[in-house]
Amino acid sequence: MPATDAPESHVPATHVLVPSGVLGLGFSPEALACGVALGCDLIAIDGGSTDSGPHSLGTGRSKYSRVVCKAEWRALMEARAALGVPLVIGTAGTCGTDSAVDWMFEITHELAAELGQRLRVARLYSSQPPERVAEAMHAGRVRPLTPAPEVTPEGVEGLANVVALAGVEQVQAALATGADIVIAGRCTDTAIIAALPLARGAHPGAAWHGAKIAECGALCSTHPGTGVVRVSVDATGFEVEPMAPEAACTPHSVSAHMLYENADPFRLHEPGGHLDVTGARYRALDARRVRVEGSEWVPGPYTVKLEGARLVGYQTTLLAILREERYVTHARTWAARLHARLVAEVGAKLGLTAADYDIEIRLIGLDAAMGALETRIGQPAEVGALCLVTAARAGWADEIARLANPHLLHFPLTEDEPLPTFAFPYSPAQTGRGALYEFALNHVLALDDPMAAFRLTVDEIGPEGLRDAAAA
Amino acid sequence: MPLLRDLTRKVAAKNAGPFQVTVDIFCGSDQAFDRVAPALETERVARLFGVMPQLMRRFDIPGLHVVKFSFPRPVVQGSRFDRDMHGAQFATLLEELDL
Repeated sequence: MPATDAPESHVPATHVLVPSGVLGLGFSPEALACGVALGCDLIAIDGGSTDSGPHSLGTGRSKYSRVVCKAEWRALMEARAALGVPLVIGTAGTCGTDSAVDWMFEITHELAAELGQRLRVARLYSSQPPERVAEAMHAGRVRPLTPAPEVTPEGVEGLANVVALAGVEQVQAALATGADIVIAGRCTDTAIIAALPLARGAHPGAAWHGAKIAECGALCSTHPGTGVVRVSVDATGFEVEPMAPEAACTPHSVSAHMLYENADPFRLHEPGGHLDVTGARYRALDARRVRVEGSEWVPGPYTVKLEGARLVGYQTTLLAILREERYVTHARTWAARLHARLVAEVGAKLGLTAADYDIEIRLIGLDAAMGALETRIGQPAEVGALCLVTAARAGWADEIARLANPHLLHFPLTEDEPLPTFAFPYSPAQTGRGALYEFALNHVLALDDPMAAFRLTVDEIGPEGLRDAAAA
Repeated sequence: MPLLRDLTRKVAAKNAGPFQVTVDIFCGSDQAFDRVAPALETERVARLFGVMPQLMRRFDIPGLHVVKFSFPRPVVQGSRFDRDMHGAQFATLLEELDL
């Protein structure tokens, strides 16, 4: 153990090793080895967030490669076995639906067999039956945050998937089963790190703040790519240290992390209260470790945040590249005229109206990323015409895209000129993107009992197979 | 006139959940912070991002030399009309602002 500035206290420091910001992103094996050598009381890693968009939640599937996730999970399961401490993953499989938890359990089960490990595995489920959320809404137990999309109880019942974000109480319940591995569904990024220190009586403000700082692994250090950090929470504060020898945590790198993906850099809302870091003091213990004191936990009503995804249609895309200078110069006029032609053709030949579908042409090279907000005007060498076809029914988007295909390839700027031919970068020109989802909830659900909206199951797994231990 | 990127170390933008974006302007020094913070009008940033000024939250953090803006996403992340899933391009718009 390195020297620490923690004051004498009956609460010893709880050490949590965080290998990276998310499973699937990668971490330095050397840094993980340093963490194992130094020791810890728990290994915690996040499995996802809403960051990549609504598709993962809509489908209940991981966005990351299974092979990569399994390889990283193998390294963490070996580290766990070497240390004899619990290993926790939160928001398993990117979105943390029950299906994603079971996907992660399947990977764990395969690895237990391959590594010859016998394990007690707790699964914490966060999926919410939409009809139960609708009932809660009727009962006045669901409140919108700002800003929140408009949604009725009937609208909620039609959602593809709904999850609630667990906090520390549910993770603590999973740890209390004596699990070697906890596979948690959707939970807050901080909950899996703060749960054990809080269970052991550490300073609540320090536990939540330390968890927030460590949630993205080495992102709070000078070498974000190395991944692994260790956060240690005691009776008055927390300390954070990167595990890669070349990395350093400085008061600046640590305090700046409160800005990251946080609308309010001083306040963080969690189930059962909020963290206030206004009074936090960041102090360098040496060239690479930082100690923080003065953060406060402010208890409040027990609410959990809800996330939901709604199926909004089916999408097929096409891409054509305009290179001829005259077309590049007049690309906006060309796109507007092409759009009008496509709408007329779809109406005449497919009998579809505006309520059935939508065609949007985005001009890559002009303003595809910013749209109307774009302020820079230039003359690009080429312009990509990205044609997004969205339709209410699965087959329609593909039909419309096939209809659009020859127009997108040959549409002239004026009626009396030879037909141009643009560049299609691949064949077939259309790309079916499948179902399209949108985020539909930014609400909180009030709970009398933190476990009321969550489920816990425990299994004993090992090289010889699966045995159900208990279901809580 | 200098652009914001010439006066600062880094401007970063990212979603803060699917419904908000947050933009951090890292000025890099007391001097740069003192030059940038008063010159950067909240109303002007709101116009640049197409957001109503009263929905713009601003945090001036001298200790970090940071000016931070948080605001509702003009389009919800990943919805049909979203053009930038992670919201990072708001930073480049701001970097090119003439101060």
